[in-house]
Amino acid sequence: MLFLPELILLLGTLSLFLVSLGSPAIETLRKLTITVSVLVLIATLVCLKQNGSLFFDSYRVDFFSQLFKFLIIAATLAVLIFSERSPGIKSDVKAEYYVFLFTGVLGLMMLTSSVELLAILVALELSSFAVYIMVPMRSSNSAGALQMESGIKYLLFGVMSTSFMLFGMSYIFGLCGSTYLHDIAIRIEPLYYQPAAIVAMIMIMAGFFYKLAIFPFHFWVPDVYEGAANETTAFIAAVPKIAAVAVMIRIVSLISAEGQTVVNLLLVCAICSMFYGNLSALVQKDFKRMLGFSGISHAGFVLFGLLTLSSQGYATSIYYIVGYAAMNLACFLVVCTVASSGENLAIEDFTGLHQRSPFLAIILAIGLFALAGIPPFVGFTGKFMLLVNAFKQGHVLAVVLAAINTAIAIYYYLSVVRVAYCSDPEGTAPKVVPGAMTTAVSVLLLIVIVAMGILPGAFLHITSTAVGTIL
Amino acid sequence: MDQLLINQGFPLLSALIFLPLAGAFVMLPFKSEETCRYISLFVTTLVALLSFVLVAGFDTSTAAFQFGETHTWIEPLNINYTVGVDGISILLVAMTALILPFCILASWSYIKVRVKPFFICLLVMETAMLGVFVALDFVLFYILWEAMLIPMYLIIGIWGGPRKIYASIKFFLYTLAGSILLLVAIIWLYWKNSYSFYIPDMMWQPYGITPQVLVFIAFFIAFAVKVPMFPFHTWLPAAHVEAPTAGSVILASILLKMGTYGFVRFALPIVPDATLLLMPYVLWLSIAGIIYGGFTALAQQDMKKLIAYSSVGHMGFVTLGIFVLNKQGIEGAILQMINHGVTTGALFLCVGMIYERTHSRELSAATGVGKYMPVFVTFLAFFSLSSFGFPGTNSFVGEFLVLAGTFEFDLTLGLAAIPGAVLAAAYMLRMLQKVIWGGPNNPDQSWITDLNSREIVTLAPFLLFVLWIGLSPGPFMEMMDMSVTELLNQFNAYKAHSVAAVDILVTQ
Repeated sequence: MLFLPELILLLGTLSLFLVSLGSPAIETLRKLTITVSVLVLIATLVCLKQNGSLFFDSYRVDFFSQLFKFLIIAATLAVLIFSERSPGIKSDVKAEYYVFLFTGVLGLMMLTSSVELLAILVALELSSFAVYIMVPMRSSNSAGALQMESGIKYLLFGVMSTSFMLFGMSYIFGLCGSTYLHDIAIRIEPLYYQPAAIVAMIMIMAGFFYKLAIFPFHFWVPDVYEGAANETTAFIAAVPKIAAVAVMIRIVSLISAEGQTVVNLLLVCAICSMFYGNLSALVQKDFKRMLGFSGISHAGFVLFGLLTLSSQGYATSIYYIVGYAAMNLACFLVVCTVASSGENLAIEDFTGLHQRSPFLAIILAIGLFALAGIPPFVGFTGKFMLLVNAFKQGHVLAVVLAAINTAIAIYYYLSVVRVAYCSDPEGTAPKVVPGAMTTAVSVLLLIVIVAMGILPGAFLHITSTAVGTIL
Repeated sequence: MDQLLINQGFPLLSALIFLPLAGAFVMLPFKSEETCRYISLFVTTLVALLSFVLVAGFDTSTAAFQFGETHTWIEPLNINYTVGVDGISILLVAMTALILPFCILASWSYIKVRVKPFFICLLVMETAMLGVFVALDFVLFYILWEAMLIPMYLIIGIWGGPRKIYASIKFFLYTLAGSILLLVAIIWLYWKNSYSFYIPDMMWQPYGITPQVLVFIAFFIAFAVKVPMFPFHTWLPAAHVEAPTAGSVILASILLKMGTYGFVRFALPIVPDATLLLMPYVLWLSIAGIIYGGFTALAQQDMKKLIAYSSVGHMGFVTLGIFVLNKQGIEGAILQMINHGVTTGALFLCVGMIYERTHSRELSAATGVGKYMPVFVTFLAFFSLSSFGFPGTNSFVGEFLVLAGTFEFDLTLGLAAIPGAVLAAAYMLRMLQKVIWGGPNNPDQSWITDLNSREIVTLAPFLLFVLWIGLSPGPFMEMMDMSVTELLNQFNAYKAHSVAAVDILVTQ
């Protein structure tokens, strides 16, 4: 029962592998993948209240991890549904693509439960390598050879940050003599006067900085976002970040009051992420690149919640990353639907979207306004609560800088809304009609964005409970 | 919570706020443009009628917030849905509710494309605007204050004139960037007030002078952009010129008032020491705005631009009145907010009516229509006279009070403001002369038709209020009197025990 969601996912992956040996039709694949993820989704819901340990205590199953598993599979399901027939993926490797996708999801789900350094590493690598391979699987008629370059970049940066993390783990093991997080938490507390402990903590976080795309481990973001297929980018932009927040919370909670140096460093990283992401996004022409840079700045905000080292801050971070995933998925849903043959979209390509599909235009506008942090959407409420929590911890200057970033960010989001709403297409652009399931997903995302924005109370209550189970 | 009189009966304020939003949702499934027009007209009229109930039930003998409602909203952060009106906001609420139906009427034939989204935007705007004036929880206030930008952006950006893209983005960026620091100030106040966002509790607290000055600066930037005060006014002419008529009316009549309302509601009571310290600079900025707005308006060829710049001048009078900090000044300023809403709103409607006929806002294209549009120019004449404060019209009362307050405060300042009043007469009479008579080389206007009955219905109520406030301002003054008196009493009491500290600071 404790391992049920992962088990179902594993079986699903294996069956997909068997299917991939033949040459399945895309419709079959689509049915199969959606069925598997729906089953896993149900399993996560059933197992939400499970509690226990597995694999020599290195694998904790608690409300915290189960909640994250639910979020991960829900986001994956959304991506699977709105990618429709995955036009951006090479047609002869579509089955394999899904195998790797599910392997990646499995790795991410395991990551949320890992409470031991080696387990974390194995889960992280399982998910990373699967995603590394997904990037170059883009069909070459939609992007030339761009996907190869991105694949290599993604891999190299990933391996580099993993090596940082491993190095940090070796320090931690040397200092504490254990690889279990709960042992480390006790033993590292008196050691924070030692530079080695600080360096070790920071290097361990490097691996997750990479997943979350936080400065200075963000360099892969724009190229990978641009080079990967639209549906792959949607996945990368949302799902691994959710899992990364889960582990970050576990790691950051190892920092005790003496670890102020680490906190200060995180603060600098958060602010740099915001400025770097927002300022670079201002000049982008490609929509996915722009979302990539905006993702960097949003990761800075997530870090803002983590570095308060308070359970409220963690709960808000979870709230924010979920909201971010919803807003981002809403935008990528529009990208995937408008780019009907899987091509990259420049911002200009949204010109007159309000005529081509009024519905998608609304989704896009709300997604972008939410990302920009305009009330009453989730982006505003999340930012507001993060700022309040940071303020309570006395990071006043950082709060002011973060607030200024909101003002910078609005320009590039607005420029997309502008072309979608305020300009008319030259000639007659083809209409875009989303499929029924995609429409359902978009309505659902819309509800999440608005409801979480207006009534965050219930959701915050859930995340606080989840955080409470691990502290 | 003793400043808030909880309303046990029908939740009137919530009804006012959420009716337009509900109307917008009701409109969604309808395809016919005509139906959308009638639905929005019906909803806004209903809200206007409800506002009469509000005004009728308003108790002028207390300075407390009335018709109060409070509900827990976001519990973990102690954010509540708290609303209430007092003498400062009641007139603004009523004005907002009353102007919206006429905005709908003015857009009846003006808006030809994407009609349904336009009316949805207008209704969402109404919800946000009414909410801003009655919000007593700072987060509620801020959310509505910001949320308003989206529909207004769309109104300018989609249905605007040729340079709509530039104007709408400038409007959005200016306003948003201005209010960013307001958010930080709100969080600071929340932290200082034992984690409460309840606005009346934040007032008259001894915060210490440095934080007060910082909070004041945050307030000032947010509100000064919205007013707009010189030198933050540059978004206004662009936005006004490009916006459709209804958008201009909403901007001029209601949105600008939020800035000045913010000064009275927040800056004065929450950071009184800083207000006292920085008041001279604000006053002289107001004077600069009055003079600058006047001279610039004098040189405009575009009627909408002319009125836009005149707004900069008029709003300068309002901030002047607020920051002289005496009874005439503040009461005059509040009355002047209403006056400006009525008069300038009506002027924009007039320009819109000309524009629908000649498709140009240039003065030169509208010269000499007086011969063919006698009804129209009658209205225009009254509103123009009102705009420069001709005795017998509403603005005369407001400007007179503001100037009386200013002279009471400081002679030099009063003398400096006088040229503004003269300039107003100059640019308004110049426009009036050109539109009615023009010169020897008028374009041929004989094809032009006079106002139809829908347009007369739109303008007549504005004229009624111009004359009503002008001839008998008593009832209006009475509405705000208690609240303003209480505000000043509190202010003076606060000043009495903290003035010494400020003196030391200033002399150092």
